[in-house]
Amino acid sequence: MSDKINVFPSRMALTIMKARLKGAQKGHSLLKKKADALTLRFRNILKKIIETKMLMGDVMKTASFSLAEAKFATGDLNHMILQNVTKAQIKVKSKKENVAGVNLPIFEHYQDGADTYELTGLSRGGQQIDRLKKNYAKAIQLLVELASLQTSFVTLDEVIKITNRRVNAIEHVIIPRIERTLSYISTELDEREREEFYRLKKVQEKKKALRKIKEDKKAEEKAAGQFIESSNLLAEDYDEDLLFTD
Amino acid sequence: MALHSAQKGRLIAVIGDEDTCTGFVLGGIGEIDKNRRPNFLVVDKNTSVPEIEDVFKSFVSRDDIAIILINQSFAEMIRHAIDKHTEPIPAVLEIPSKEAPYDASKDSILRRAKGMFSAEDFR
Repeated sequence: MSDKINVFPSRMALTIMKARLKGAQKGHSLLKKKADALTLRFRNILKKIIETKMLMGDVMKTASFSLAEAKFATGDLNHMILQNVTKAQIKVKSKKENVAGVNLPIFEHYQDGADTYELTGLSRGGQQIDRLKKNYAKAIQLLVELASLQTSFVTLDEVIKITNRRVNAIEHVIIPRIERTLSYISTELDEREREEFYRLKKVQEKKKALRKIKEDKKAEEKAAGQFIESSNLLAEDYDEDLLFTD
Repeated sequence: MALHSAQKGRLIAVIGDEDTCTGFVLGGIGEIDKNRRPNFLVVDKNTSVPEIEDVFKSFVSRDDIAIILINQSFAEMIRHAIDKHTEPIPAVLEIPSKEAPYDASKDSILRRAKGMFSAEDFR
């Protein structure tokens, strides 16, 4: 109950607080919608990741198997290949995709430059090496796809966490605080109204008593026959202080 | 939305055993840059764990690498370093090696995803 916004309890502050409450509620519903949209996307991506990861096992198996085949046909080619590295032929471009205001990176692979290993296996096992290249190219394609899914996964995960945190903060901290402030302002205003009412009552009471005394006095004077009726009400220029007597 | 990285092609790095590296390099991802640094690491029985970790960290800090492929058996050795890497780029992908089949329960990403999906989704 103690945690509220520090405002002076006035009618204007009440209107401002009401507007703020409305804004917070609107923001809450919008953020909730955003979180829902992101979660939907997130679940789709997760499903795809799991599918692709399972597929990757098979593709990698085929690729390794064709490597073994190629080795069987050509002898040990590992060194020859690992020593002859120059420039990458397959590279990755990253694009951005926008989902509910979140930029998701999407990788795209592309061929760049000539095949360094064009002549590898010219003497022996050319066919196997060709198949090996193809299999690994397929594996790379799949892995690039998987990488972009995974990157989206990580990014979305982060963003969803942030959004949920905001939703919860608005729901459980900001809105209750504004509501508490509102109730504080209205109780304070009510209190002031009651005070005012009581004060008016008090004034009336006092006025009544004073009038009674005056009238009594007047009646007394009248009875004694010394009373002169004042001709003009406005001529009475003295107004007695009512509140602060004794 | 043209990004700086969109113009420049980025590389795929590999940390793996000899056969894995050979395959991917033959597939056309291998590159040696001006400083004679390769973008792959062949791990054999003489390679120490800190060495793998150092190379992994250097790959992560290089800005021309978009994807890091690592054999799951080696990923297991430097799991703490992989778990510490939380940025989306470069993406770290764990791949099965010839000796060890793929185990989904060890994967950093799938472990994070666990609990959101029921067990039959992993099959």
